[in-house]
Amino acid sequence: MSDSTSTPTSRKLHAMRLGLRRGLMEFVQSIRSTQDQWFYLFTAVCTLGYLWLRRDVDTGVPGLEFASIALPSILGALVAFGVVIGPAYALAMEREDGTLLRHRAIPDGLVGYFSGQMLFQSLSLVPQLFVILVPSFLLFDDVMAHPGGWFTVLWVLVLGLLAALPIGMVIGALVPGVQKVGMWGMLPIMVLAGISGIFYPVQQLWGWVQVVAQAFPMYWMGLGMRSAFLPDAAAAREISESWRTLETVLVLGGWAVVGAVVTPIVLRRMARKQTGSQVQAAREATLQWVK
Amino acid sequence: MVKVRDLRMRYGENDVLTGVDFDIHPGEVLCLLGPNGAGKTTTIEVLEGFRIRSAGEVTVLGEDPATAGEAWRARTGVVLQSWRDHPRWTPRRLLTQLGGYYAPYSTPEQERPWDIAELLDIVGLNEMADRKIGTLSGGQRRRLDVAMGIIGRPELLFLDEPTAGFDPQARRDFHHLVHRLADLESTTVLLTTHDLDEAEKLADRVVILAGGRIVADDSAEGLALRVSGEAEVKWTRGGERFVHATADATRFVRELFAQYGEDVHDLEVRRASLEDAYLSLVQQHESGSAETAAVAFAEVTK
Repeated sequence: MSDSTSTPTSRKLHAMRLGLRRGLMEFVQSIRSTQDQWFYLFTAVCTLGYLWLRRDVDTGVPGLEFASIALPSILGALVAFGVVIGPAYALAMEREDGTLLRHRAIPDGLVGYFSGQMLFQSLSLVPQLFVILVPSFLLFDDVMAHPGGWFTVLWVLVLGLLAALPIGMVIGALVPGVQKVGMWGMLPIMVLAGISGIFYPVQQLWGWVQVVAQAFPMYWMGLGMRSAFLPDAAAAREISESWRTLETVLVLGGWAVVGAVVTPIVLRRMARKQTGSQVQAAREATLQWVK
Repeated sequence: MVKVRDLRMRYGENDVLTGVDFDIHPGEVLCLLGPNGAGKTTTIEVLEGFRIRSAGEVTVLGEDPATAGEAWRARTGVVLQSWRDHPRWTPRRLLTQLGGYYAPYSTPEQERPWDIAELLDIVGLNEMADRKIGTLSGGQRRRLDVAMGIIGRPELLFLDEPTAGFDPQARRDFHHLVHRLADLESTTVLLTTHDLDEAEKLADRVVILAGGRIVADDSAEGLALRVSGEAEVKWTRGGERFVHATADATRFVRELFAQYGEDVHDLEVRRASLEDAYLSLVQQHESGSAETAAVAFAEVTK
């Protein structure tokens, strides 16, 4: 084990590996926990229930079922929602309960902590998508128009993850406490979901709302998913009657680049403020709150 | 090992530390004692590198904790009060994971991290090693906190109010553990407490903090000797009560008897103890007159 010749870079890589192991362990523990299993089941039942109830709605494109259009949009929104709200809650919570401080107290611990957090949040999408996709294929016909779409699903997922995960991390780092995640995280995401063409085409909204929706990753993740699942004829329902693949890559890529630059700065600043007395104060505040 | 000179801390308009000086020598167990709100936690957080001081000089293990890097971090250990973190992990898994970070900092002289099985044994968590942390009792969690603090075999260990909320047995076990670390592993320990009894049991040296400054710095025995300079003699004679303060109570009483013999009744000799002095310090501190309390205590232990 003796390795006194290690360089700062090799130590950071070592910490990153430990962090990834941590993320994997958190993921395994999560899918084994009944609490998280219920959560996945709940989102699946809600989504499938919605699709089933509205299965006869006219889509405007002959031969295209409502579920086929709504499912990819909802998937895009769920991914965006999951990787924003997930890390926002996790970070706000682990700031309060001392998990983050513990990592601050060990060498290279923060590198490991954040690597683990990112892997864990990304992996959490797997069961989320699984519980919705598998029953959808059994319940509805022609969900995936052409098998090549799976490749599109993959890159939209990866790019969407890189674009949205930093947003969640930054929200989690900036909110004053766990109870404020609803206000600063949930609420904006809900509003975005409402205007991002998930439940009805975005063109039905006012022009400026369309502009706002297209500034954020959620709309583009929904669009990217629709381009993956639907036949090309369905592009007629979209803005400029196109899947706008290039624009999708540019917008999501832009968010990813900004996120990669801004997030480490925000996280470093936040971690520097972590102290034992802060954790103690949060603990006392919670006790008060429960009373 | 640790050198603190004129450490000052100010939050807005509020001066928490107004010039603190002390040293910690290698292998020493130093106890920072003081009433709640005296600035103990602030001091230890500055030394841990978690809080940036307003002014003064601080050197810990040869470096300024405000700018020290990860290699410095690997040589220190911090025992944090856990609360509800990592409930789904088991002690063994968590210690293995956290201990891993120290491996690159292992040297032939100081092998890092601690062997997990040995560590679990030392803190007495063998039987709970594979249970979920969420199911541990308060005392067991605190022992896990200690294990996490020392997993990297630190040269200097920080403990902030380590036994708060302990039952008497857990407290004794904990004291035993600190002695073991100090004696066998020659770990230098800085701990804070507001409990004089704990300071006397654990510390090689006690530094008393009140009103944002240090009012006494000595071994527990030394402090006790300083305070007990004066004793109070009370007696009655012919129905009247007398009180006299003296440095040499034995001689005074001998003379008293020589002079009045059988007329002396209800004799009472009371040596001012460290406990009395400390209790009155705490009382005054908590009633809001921190400055007066500090001055009065410094006077008694001069």
